[in-house]
Amino acid sequence: MPFDTTSMDTFRADIRTWLAENCPDGVRDGDMTQDAICWGGKNFKFESDDQKQWMEVCAANGLTCPTWPVEYGGGGFTRDQEKVWLEELEAIDARMPLLSFGIWMLGPALLHFGSHEQKLHYLPPICRGEIRWCQGYSEPGAGSDLANVQSKGEDKGDHWLVNGQKVWTSYADKADWIFALIRTDSDAPKHKGISFLLFDMHGGGVTTRPIKLISGASPFCETFFDDVKVPKDQIVGEENKGWDVAKYLLTHEREMISGSGSSRGAGRSLGKVLSDANNGAMDATLRAEAMAVDIEEMAVELTIERYKDQAAGGQGVGDASAMLKYAGTELNKRKHELFMSAGGSTALEWDGATGSLPADWLRTKANSIEGGTSEVMLSILSKRVLGLPG
Amino acid sequence: MANLTLTEDETMLVDSARGFLDSASPVEKFRELRDAGKAYNPEIWKQMADLGWTGVLVPEDQGGIDMGHTAANLLATEMGKTLVSSPFISTAVMAATALRQVSDNPRAAEALNQIAAGEITYGLAIDEGPKHSPDCTMMEAKKVGNGFELSGDKTFVVDGANADRLLVLARTGDGDALTLFDIPADRAGITRTTQNMIDARDSAAINFDKVEATGEDIIGSVDNAMDVLKPALNAGAAALSAEMIGLSSGAFGMTVGYLQERKQFGIVIGQFQALQHRAAHLWSEIEVTASTILNAGRMLDEDPENAELAVSLAKARASQTAKLAVVEGVQMHGGIGMTDAFDMGFFMKRARVAQEWLGDYGYHAEKIATAKGY
Repeated sequence: MPFDTTSMDTFRADIRTWLAENCPDGVRDGDMTQDAICWGGKNFKFESDDQKQWMEVCAANGLTCPTWPVEYGGGGFTRDQEKVWLEELEAIDARMPLLSFGIWMLGPALLHFGSHEQKLHYLPPICRGEIRWCQGYSEPGAGSDLANVQSKGEDKGDHWLVNGQKVWTSYADKADWIFALIRTDSDAPKHKGISFLLFDMHGGGVTTRPIKLISGASPFCETFFDDVKVPKDQIVGEENKGWDVAKYLLTHEREMISGSGSSRGAGRSLGKVLSDANNGAMDATLRAEAMAVDIEEMAVELTIERYKDQAAGGQGVGDASAMLKYAGTELNKRKHELFMSAGGSTALEWDGATGSLPADWLRTKANSIEGGTSEVMLSILSKRVLGLPG
Repeated sequence: MANLTLTEDETMLVDSARGFLDSASPVEKFRELRDAGKAYNPEIWKQMADLGWTGVLVPEDQGGIDMGHTAANLLATEMGKTLVSSPFISTAVMAATALRQVSDNPRAAEALNQIAAGEITYGLAIDEGPKHSPDCTMMEAKKVGNGFELSGDKTFVVDGANADRLLVLARTGDGDALTLFDIPADRAGITRTTQNMIDARDSAAINFDKVEATGEDIIGSVDNAMDVLKPALNAGAAALSAEMIGLSSGAFGMTVGYLQERKQFGIVIGQFQALQHRAAHLWSEIEVTASTILNAGRMLDEDPENAELAVSLAKARASQTAKLAVVEGVQMHGGIGMTDAFDMGFFMKRARVAQEWLGDYGYHAEKIATAKGY
């Protein structure tokens, strides 16, 4: 680690110096709209040279995945060191250098279930933003009932032959590789016959088709597998035990979705953003709702931090993470309703002065559906956390 | 940002508090007090003192254990779960916090020793109208000779009817020129009237008729009450929020227990998804609010100068959550939830008083908006 870890103060001072020297001006706007997010991958088009330079300099120092082990491309930071890093980023309004499903979802699952060879092979390219991953979970008949996946992997000795269809595969059209739940034993009970497979989407047999949404955008795709050959060493965990990996990963996904709400005015109070936008004028209803949302947002953010601290301390949060997903996504919808109210008629034009605001507002409506609906989250909580009868 | 998990010491404190309170002060003890018309049980208070709780915020030099605000909040949470009624927040949290700001003052040092020993209790005479608003204090402290003369009325002085001493906020000039006095509750000119509040705890209306105060009675300096009072108000609001999350958990525990045993239409009502989802939502609210309370404690301990926003966040959230917890508690219990024989009503009434004391949701939401610049 290139930073002085003698104490938190020296560490913070080092991070601050490093940022002053290495964080380009062009990424110091806190902007996390779709265009501003650096996703990485073979076909990613950088929005600016600053965006590219920022990702690369961070990757070279393990800062795209600060808490991952150094040997896998991470920074080897402790949880407390990561907090300092994030606080210092926020202090200069810097964007995150790289975001991806590889970082949020696959990485944590590989770190937990992958072999040493798999970690060495797959993790560093994620940290460097070289390979963009997508998630192949949902199917037309397996959304809320995810364990009902039917995509099939036939055992051909040294490989599986995969056939089937996935749906709602976010950014599958832009991804290089996919991590997918594939049924490898049709006779076993539904949770027991699933394997967690990784494969190259450019390796033949995979086609994707975007699904146009009410927001006008197509972040989601339908993805089809026709005789895709998946070598046997591309399985994570054991054969037919992919559900364990999937569940572990889902808890990370829930945390990720819960915290993904700050795409506008990141780090700033919503009430302040609205007040500034309207030259200080807000009607009483809007102001009261802004206060309520600010309070909710601070409380949810603290809870995400608390759960992360617990996890770092070895206390898994398990099914309780469903709460983060529920609270975070409902909050995000509420926030965007407020942005629309505050914008008034100027927020109603597709390409008006407020930019992508209406599209973002429409996009948030999916928050409480994707990754398990709010109702599914509440059912998980009531049954598995509160112990209410099924 | 501070670590938001409990340390080993803190976990041990919670465990031992729970063990003590479950046997010494379950909800039926509160019912006994209520039926007897008593605000609190001095024996339990003495035992709390023996456990060090009354000295949780008293420096070790003054006989306390000085474990800090996070620890005080944890104790308050545990007390909230079984509705333990005591002057803990007024005395051990607020008075102790105010007095320790001036602990080089021999009188304050002595008072801190007495608080830690469980020998005296305090009430804070701050409110004058129906809503908490210390900045709008009207009660005048008139300069007379070398001292002051306090005249006026205070209301909603929590723990005030039984308190040995009072911290009294009075106006010594225009604007924010307020001064805090520490005077014995039996001083000439003080008339206390017990207010029969819905939560069956101690509250008093207090009339001050030319009550003499000397320079020795001043806590802090003349015209600068907020230097010593503000830390006390913050500490009190945080501990009260903690009590509210405790009572929310207590009410919620009863509710989930009921959902698991009550049968209607031949099945336990906990099988109904409509109720499951409401219970899960309530659990989420409690869990999210718990984070704000832990954060408020950590901020008060580690960065007290900047803790106000964290405290207001906790009090605003806790007020809303406690309201939801008791409303849902009564509704899901159905008719039995409305009876006096059942405990849920106690939780509802205490929640309502706690929401109001030291500033309600609106008061603290305004503070947050102001801090955020809108």
